[in-house]
Amino acid sequence: MSTENRRKERIDRGIKVRSDGLYALMSWREMAYLIAPRFILIAGLLALPLLMPGLYWQRVISIVCIYAIVAISFDFLAHYVGLVCLGGAFFIGVGGYIAGIFNAYFGMPPLLTIPLAAIAGGLFCTLLLLPCLPLRGVYFAIVTLMYPLFMARIIEAFDIFGGTDGILGIDSFSSAFVEQYFVVGILLVFLFGLRRLVNTDMGLIFTAVMDNDQAVRASGINITHYKALAVFIASAMGCLAGACLTHIYMWSGISQFALDFSILPIAATVIGGAGTLAGPVIGCLILVPVSELLRDFGTLRIVFYATILVAFILFRSDGIMAFAKRKYEQIERWTQV
Amino acid sequence: MEILVYGTINSVSLALMGLGFAMVYGISRVPNFAHGALYIICGFVTWTLLQKIGMPYGLAIVLSLAANGLLGILMYRLVLIRVRGMSISEIISSYAIGLAILEGLRYGGFRGMTYTLPVFMDGMVIIGGVPVDYHRIVMVVIGILLVAALWVFTHFTRLGLALQGMAQDERAALMLGIDSDFMAMLAMGFGAVLAGVAAISILPLGNIVVESGYHVLIMSIAVCIVGGLGSWMGAFFAAFIIGYAQILSVVFLGSHFQMVVALLAIILTLILKPSGLFGQQKELEDRV
Repeated sequence: MSTENRRKERIDRGIKVRSDGLYALMSWREMAYLIAPRFILIAGLLALPLLMPGLYWQRVISIVCIYAIVAISFDFLAHYVGLVCLGGAFFIGVGGYIAGIFNAYFGMPPLLTIPLAAIAGGLFCTLLLLPCLPLRGVYFAIVTLMYPLFMARIIEAFDIFGGTDGILGIDSFSSAFVEQYFVVGILLVFLFGLRRLVNTDMGLIFTAVMDNDQAVRASGINITHYKALAVFIASAMGCLAGACLTHIYMWSGISQFALDFSILPIAATVIGGAGTLAGPVIGCLILVPVSELLRDFGTLRIVFYATILVAFILFRSDGIMAFAKRKYEQIERWTQV
Repeated sequence: MEILVYGTINSVSLALMGLGFAMVYGISRVPNFAHGALYIICGFVTWTLLQKIGMPYGLAIVLSLAANGLLGILMYRLVLIRVRGMSISEIISSYAIGLAILEGLRYGGFRGMTYTLPVFMDGMVIIGGVPVDYHRIVMVVIGILLVAALWVFTHFTRLGLALQGMAQDERAALMLGIDSDFMAMLAMGFGAVLAGVAAISILPLGNIVVESGYHVLIMSIAVCIVGGLGSWMGAFFAAFIIGYAQILSVVFLGSHFQMVVALLAIILTLILKPSGLFGQQKELEDRV
């Protein structure tokens, strides 16, 4: 039988249809079907620090979570608000420096500096990005890509905040477990919080701004206000991640504005699945440990992940998450045409 | 006088860097973020042909330019053609290719200060009390000749007119029988060759280092944004504005500010007038 006479059809699984809506409460099996993926993600993330052998890999888990927070903020901005922000490093750097300044110069404890860095850093980033909000598409992408480089050069040129040496002598978290559970917890809160947010009325407006901003404007809604709000949410998340990074490494410096922090979260989003919010987390869980494993190969690991990135963009542009979701919810079979 | 002479030299070298980027974006609307990588790889290919294989300088230059053009064409044919029109995928995939090339070169052992290309001509001349070596003069001449040649090419040859037609309106060009994918591929090839020309005329002034690939990318984006994306004459004039601004900032503020000026120019231009000084796009397309 040649392939011309056949086609593949996809049908929703019975249990998926049954567990939509209120009918999910019919039986334990249907409820388990709904809860399983979320439970596996939460339990898996919470168990990770316990399962890791040695301090080195536990540290890797913290870094994974920090990248994942930046990645979901990128995913939220790009696929729910339509602002493609290539400046993840800008948020990380601003948050890191604010936490560093408050801790090293004013002696505040990490528990105080991290929320402070999130709020103040979010406001600072939103204020700086405010003039760029009317820009669209590639223009917004380029201007946000330039911001972290600009900040790094400013700090270098004016020799402020320790110049090229950075701020040294910053407090760390009280113990390794506090550090890991803190970032894992924050990641989970942000992940599920954002999933809630995009389903509220406000999330509807965000999506409308992405799809057709003129129509939103015609409805008497101020789009700049909503864009600024979305940028504040995303940048506060990025700054919080940056503040955690500063306290983990006990140092904040120019390299926090490096392109790595802009590119790796985007790569994770592409690989994990754009527009799914959980996808970027999965992408980070794969990419960051792989790049740690390849550390012995030096810069070859960057070549490696750049190649994976291009391959995913070309051949699997919907990402792992969409693929997994399809397998979980639908059956595939060949049928005669 | 020093400012005038070195400002001109700096401006022309910026224009050389930016022309390739402007040409690719102008014709195929692909922001080629691998531009810096193409620049550096051309330098290393020339160095390899010259020092390892021992070819004459002229032959090495011609061969490496051809190889660079081929690389650009392959990049378009294999990767970029599939994501054309999706601006974010274009940026990410071309940047990833550039990253792979640059870091691959670094892994391949091309690092340190040992890689230099010979200058075209030795010696120097005094212009208005400022010593300038011949190579810098040759570079300025190459830059100006290149712009003139591009102008003639796009205005008077069949192929050039086809490319220009595509830059103006791709659909109309398609209707008139211009194969837009083929033209975009050629544009990418030309862009890569232009990056190579820039590399070969600028690199003999210093060492070939992988890091300058990122620098070149940022400078060419700066030039193209200020001049207006897609307008390569705009890019040429913008190169003079940024070039002089950089030299002035170095003289009066310090060498750290060279990059600050370029990045500030990008950000300010995008905020105040996103279509750039000579941009042909309608204002409405860039802004809400």
